[in-house]
Amino acid sequence: MFAKRIIPCLDCKDGRVVKGVRFVDLRDAGDPGELAEMYNHEGADELVMLDISASREGRATLMDTVHGVASRLFIPLTVGGGVRTLHDARRLLSAGADKVALNTAAVETPQLIGEIAARFGRQAVVVAIDARLEIGISSSPSGGNAARRWNVLTYGGTRQTVLDAVEWAARVESQGAGEILLTSMDADGTQRGFDCELTATISKAVHIPVIASGGAGSLEHFAEVFMRGAADAALAASIFHYGQHSIRSLKEYLFAQGVPVRLMKN
Amino acid sequence: MIALLDYGAGNVGSVLKAVNYLGHSAQAVDQPELLKKATKIIFPGQGHFGQMMAALAERGLLEPLREMLDARKPFLGICLGLQALYQGSEEAPEIRGLGFLPGCVKRFEGVFKVPHVGWSQLELRRESKLLAGVPPGSFVYYCHSYYGPATEPCAATTDYGQSFAAAVELGSVWAVQFHPEKSSEVGLRVLKNFLDA
Repeated sequence: MFAKRIIPCLDCKDGRVVKGVRFVDLRDAGDPGELAEMYNHEGADELVMLDISASREGRATLMDTVHGVASRLFIPLTVGGGVRTLHDARRLLSAGADKVALNTAAVETPQLIGEIAARFGRQAVVVAIDARLEIGISSSPSGGNAARRWNVLTYGGTRQTVLDAVEWAARVESQGAGEILLTSMDADGTQRGFDCELTATISKAVHIPVIASGGAGSLEHFAEVFMRGAADAALAASIFHYGQHSIRSLKEYLFAQGVPVRLMKN
Repeated sequence: MIALLDYGAGNVGSVLKAVNYLGHSAQAVDQPELLKKATKIIFPGQGHFGQMMAALAERGLLEPLREMLDARKPFLGICLGLQALYQGSEEAPEIRGLGFLPGCVKRFEGVFKVPHVGWSQLELRRESKLLAGVPPGSFVYYCHSYYGPATEPCAATTDYGQSFAAAVELGSVWAVQFHPEKSSEVGLRVLKNFLDA
């Protein structure tokens, strides 16, 4: 059985996890290392750390953070946020990351995808795509015609590009991306469910795994994105951080729904 | 001395981290003289089959490796380090492998996504020292596009559209296609089995 992956995401700023982490059983809920270990113990299949530090000092701290997290984490670790050059990628990978996530830099310098893949292997390159439904093209919510288009956004979702998300996904695959981390900017933050239509469209357009992100608010949402959205993995932050649902309980739920997941033996 | 074979592209760092975590030390080795002094060899491979074999040849590591395998020196191949043991690979048909195991490495074909990235289950084929204490059906982490045949001396296989070699054990020569250093408790157990053997 090949498992669908559940991936918690840690948003880090200046070496601390932000985005309202509310765990009662942690000594220090903002410590990335401690959270990483807890998620690993709960059965996370992978971990993503996104650096949202604005300052140079914050970025320097990131290396220490990655090193600290990686030294006691024995599941794959992806690090993203501000990766602009081959040098940035090399530093993160040598600090202990297994994969780097590229977003804005991939759009602005697409050859960077291939450069990192050639040096470190395709498996080390995750291209993050932030996509938003193009406004003005109408289509019924029930699906209907293939009229829907999603635009790619950069700079943390603040800047719109002319890129079509489906075309861009196919292009990053041909450039050397090993996986796609797909965030629906329409769904992100709503807790009303993943964008299954977007996810399924992208997942069927490429041959590499697609990680769905944005919108997770309930256990059912995860089952939907795997079954209807054809996602290979699902990423979420708040739903886990706030302790609404543990990864363990999510996986038990998915298993009962017939979704293949890795359950811990103990 | 436990040697971590370093041919320039393997994931030596993350394997070393796991070895250290388990209370052992190991040394990254890229010289034939040093390799010959090793009591155990871990060969973590990553990247392209042809480039790996070329890098090993360039560093003069091929012959000592073949000799050590023939002498059944304790060996643990990981990922491409397993694939290196076969006669060759479809990834670089013109280049020979170490030739320690019969058969060739093939590329996944079919409806499943390639590379095979993520967690799949182990199907234990027989008793082995390598997988001692690993429960049947355990999940391990994979990241590969090519695979070795699900024939003897496989200790475990995995199914991804077709059955392939997940773990191989021939005397003290062991190899796994999955990444024990990324497979959480199960992976650490496999590494520990090798380190303690």
